[in-house]
Amino acid sequence: MNQITPAHNIGDYVPMIDGPEKVSGRAKYTADLIMPGMLAGRIFRSPFAHAEIIEVDVSDAARLPGVKAIVTGADCDKGFGVLPIARTEYPLARDKVRYRGEPVAAVAAIDDATAKEALRRIKLRVRELPAYQSAHDALSPNAVAIHAHRPHNIERDVLFELGDVEAAFASAALVREGAYNCAEVCQNQMEMHAALADYDAVRDRITVHASTQVPYYVHLMLAQILDMDMSRIRVIKPHVGGGFGCRTEALNVELIAALLARKAGGCVRLVVNREETFITHRGRPETDIRLKLGMNKDGRITGVECECIQRGGAHSGYGVVTILYAGSMLYAIYDLHNVKYIGKRVLTNTPPCGAFRGHGTVDVRFAFESLLDEMAHEIRLDPIAVRRANYLQAPTFTDNDLMVNSYGLPECVDWVERASGWTERKGTLKSGNGAKTGRIRKGMGFACSHYISGASKPVNWTGEPHATVTLKVDFDGSIVLLTGAAEIGQGSSTVLVQSVAEVLGLDLSRIRIVIGDSDVVPKDNGSYSSRVTFMVGNAAIDAANNLKAVLIAAAARKLDAKPEEIECLGELYRAGAQDKGLSFDEVVTEALKDNGTITVTGNYSTIPQSHGGKKYRGAAIGGTMGYSYSAQVVEVSVDEETGAVSVDKVWVAHDCGRALNRLTVEGQVQGSVWMGMGQAMSEEASYHEGLMLTANMLDYRVPTIQDSPPIEVGIVESIDPHGPFGAKEAGEGSLAAFLPALTNAIADAVGLRFNDLPVTPDRVFAALEKRSREAVRERNGGT
Amino acid sequence: MLSLTLNGRARTDAVPDNLLLLDYLREIAGLTGTKTGCDGGECGACTVLVDDAPRLSCLTLAATMDGRRVDTIESLAVGGRLSAVQRGFHERLGSQCGYCTPGFIMASAGLLRRNPHPSEDEIREALGSNICRCTGYVKIIEAVQYAVRLCGEGLTP
Repeated sequence: MNQITPAHNIGDYVPMIDGPEKVSGRAKYTADLIMPGMLAGRIFRSPFAHAEIIEVDVSDAARLPGVKAIVTGADCDKGFGVLPIARTEYPLARDKVRYRGEPVAAVAAIDDATAKEALRRIKLRVRELPAYQSAHDALSPNAVAIHAHRPHNIERDVLFELGDVEAAFASAALVREGAYNCAEVCQNQMEMHAALADYDAVRDRITVHASTQVPYYVHLMLAQILDMDMSRIRVIKPHVGGGFGCRTEALNVELIAALLARKAGGCVRLVVNREETFITHRGRPETDIRLKLGMNKDGRITGVECECIQRGGAHSGYGVVTILYAGSMLYAIYDLHNVKYIGKRVLTNTPPCGAFRGHGTVDVRFAFESLLDEMAHEIRLDPIAVRRANYLQAPTFTDNDLMVNSYGLPECVDWVERASGWTERKGTLKSGNGAKTGRIRKGMGFACSHYISGASKPVNWTGEPHATVTLKVDFDGSIVLLTGAAEIGQGSSTVLVQSVAEVLGLDLSRIRIVIGDSDVVPKDNGSYSSRVTFMVGNAAIDAANNLKAVLIAAAARKLDAKPEEIECLGELYRAGAQDKGLSFDEVVTEALKDNGTITVTGNYSTIPQSHGGKKYRGAAIGGTMGYSYSAQVVEVSVDEETGAVSVDKVWVAHDCGRALNRLTVEGQVQGSVWMGMGQAMSEEASYHEGLMLTANMLDYRVPTIQDSPPIEVGIVESIDPHGPFGAKEAGEGSLAAFLPALTNAIADAVGLRFNDLPVTPDRVFAALEKRSREAVRERNGGT
Repeated sequence: MLSLTLNGRARTDAVPDNLLLLDYLREIAGLTGTKTGCDGGECGACTVLVDDAPRLSCLTLAATMDGRRVDTIESLAVGGRLSAVQRGFHERLGSQCGYCTPGFIMASAGLLRRNPHPSEDEIREALGSNICRCTGYVKIIEAVQYAVRLCGEGLTP
């Protein structure tokens, strides 16, 4: 009879559903919220890297007309922090300041000029203490403790050995060791941190708008630091201009805004500038790695010993988790046994580090893939053959109990090998056209990486499902999807709408989404560790299936049929092919008859086997429902006279289980690769006496469009048995492989290995100069 | 007194001499589509068109706009329909978090107004002072190239 078929969208190129707002200037970010009568907030920051506070004198500032509230450490004695075991940071420093730029006091005034003038009148008296800018200095035996409960400035020591590493090295054909240093890097998301807090003094309630990735954590921490019942707090997440991990913790910005708003009894907007955004930090720590690998002649890795020291900054933050990830994620990419890991997370007098895209895994992966490449050459195997010799066989559990169900790494490797012309081109590049100009040397490098699709056990373990989604259907026939999942530009709203539409066979336009308001949406654990597509996607599918059951029951009632006889064709429900059936609107009308507005909920919980193990303290970190995999080939040109390195092209293949939206998967993979390029080539946070020298976008150099290469993406679909429609993460796993693929390519081009990041032209130039000096010396007959 | 044509409408305001065009647009005119991304001249998020030429509104005094024509992101849609560049950035994912997007779109619109058929190198050059932290720029270039095609079909940049 009719040609109605269910609508499908999974696997399509779907533009983001909130795109029209973003391209038209209508999307409101926190700093765009302008409320009548709101006050301007400003933060007074410590000019000292480490000092005991003797006095914070705000009396002069308080006398300035137009100043409505001033808060200091005396206003809040409650600590905050993302990990329940480490809530030792204060919104405003108490007793001590621990890094340059740490908030000490804050002002709310009638306008920004008045707030700025008030800051100039605040006097801070301190007794300075020795400050430690490097992990090495903070670990020296006589160093003063930055936190009293960490007497040796070690936030966390990790040690595990699974298998027999010494025996593995003894039996290996080749054992090599390398030392690596990765500079500290910053997320530098485009939107500077902002919060708007509105306190209702009549009802003792507060509403806080915050530029956050995890509104739930902001909610928890507001309750903690305001000492206020959670039910009196409302958290709203407007559009968020990127995060990359720095907003997975509640930041002092939103907490200070709330303290100011309550004290002023009104509305305060606190927008910090770019320099302050850098100093608020939560970036990737400077990391020193010593890595030792044993290898057989066939390329099999026999054993691994990895020592990792992270300069964590002045507060705990995510530190314990970061240093654990660096160890646990040695696994789950290759078939490894006999692994020893020694990790040290060190407290220093620098801004606190946090969870940066690829959390904990990136720097160790750089070291690992670099050393693998070096050893492959020494053992005369192709670097790709060495990876092939070490594949996992999924499904499996690793020695540290990580569950691997789907494993598309072999297909990723095959794809980049083919697409880049690796076999044909690698050897001939250097003698090709580029080489004829004399000073330009070309090369190709290869590397792999992986990442989790959400931590299986959330940081705040409550026993609730990992994710919950609500669907509401009313008289108008539209479906409203309510979720706490934080859209921060990664496309979470789009993928959730797609998931619901796919299950119900409806066009995307039937579904509206409401996000980011704690009064309205179900709680969500937030946008971090690439969890949303997997966890919330599965909850959305569950909700859609529950809704479908309600609609089918209604259709069956109306059509006088059994539910199992009802065929759902999206816009049409019918009892058999001869039935003219009911339109979607008619089914909804029938379904509403008994109960009024329909609301259904869908949940998702991870399975216990995915929660990681217990073989060492902290072994749960790394556990996930599904790992993504990535392989990359990077082609470079190196100018031997100037040291300038340019990336000519990147081929990347990413196993995302199943691409729910090919457009956003490509965008995420390209963005990750490019962010890895920034870390590898130019980005570095540097300090002088605790002062961040690179706290602006000229000195902190992210690649411009002029520096950025074409990035060709291959999508590998391993169809994860637990993933939503088979999907896994796509937004982080491809970052790490770029770093070693680049240095491997440079080694291929000019025969020099760079184990310290970023590989700036200065470093390349110095290494080239050193080599030519040595060559001259050798020709002249030794030293 | 500042008299200018803002998004096609004549407008007069009393503004302090030291007020930045960026703050005038956002805080006085309420046009928050133009974004503040840095502490001055580093990122391009605040790019607007002044007499069709891209300009950083964070490095421009509002008072110097007297008698000029200023266009912001809010001016591009015609009758509520997206312009060619806006469609390009939306449909080809030139925008992820969206925060740098108004600046990129205005710089691209400025390019296409003076050069309707830019090469890839010319696109890279025109967008060289805008920073995006999400896309890696690959899809931004594709978005502008798609916009060029849409302009060929009669859309305005």
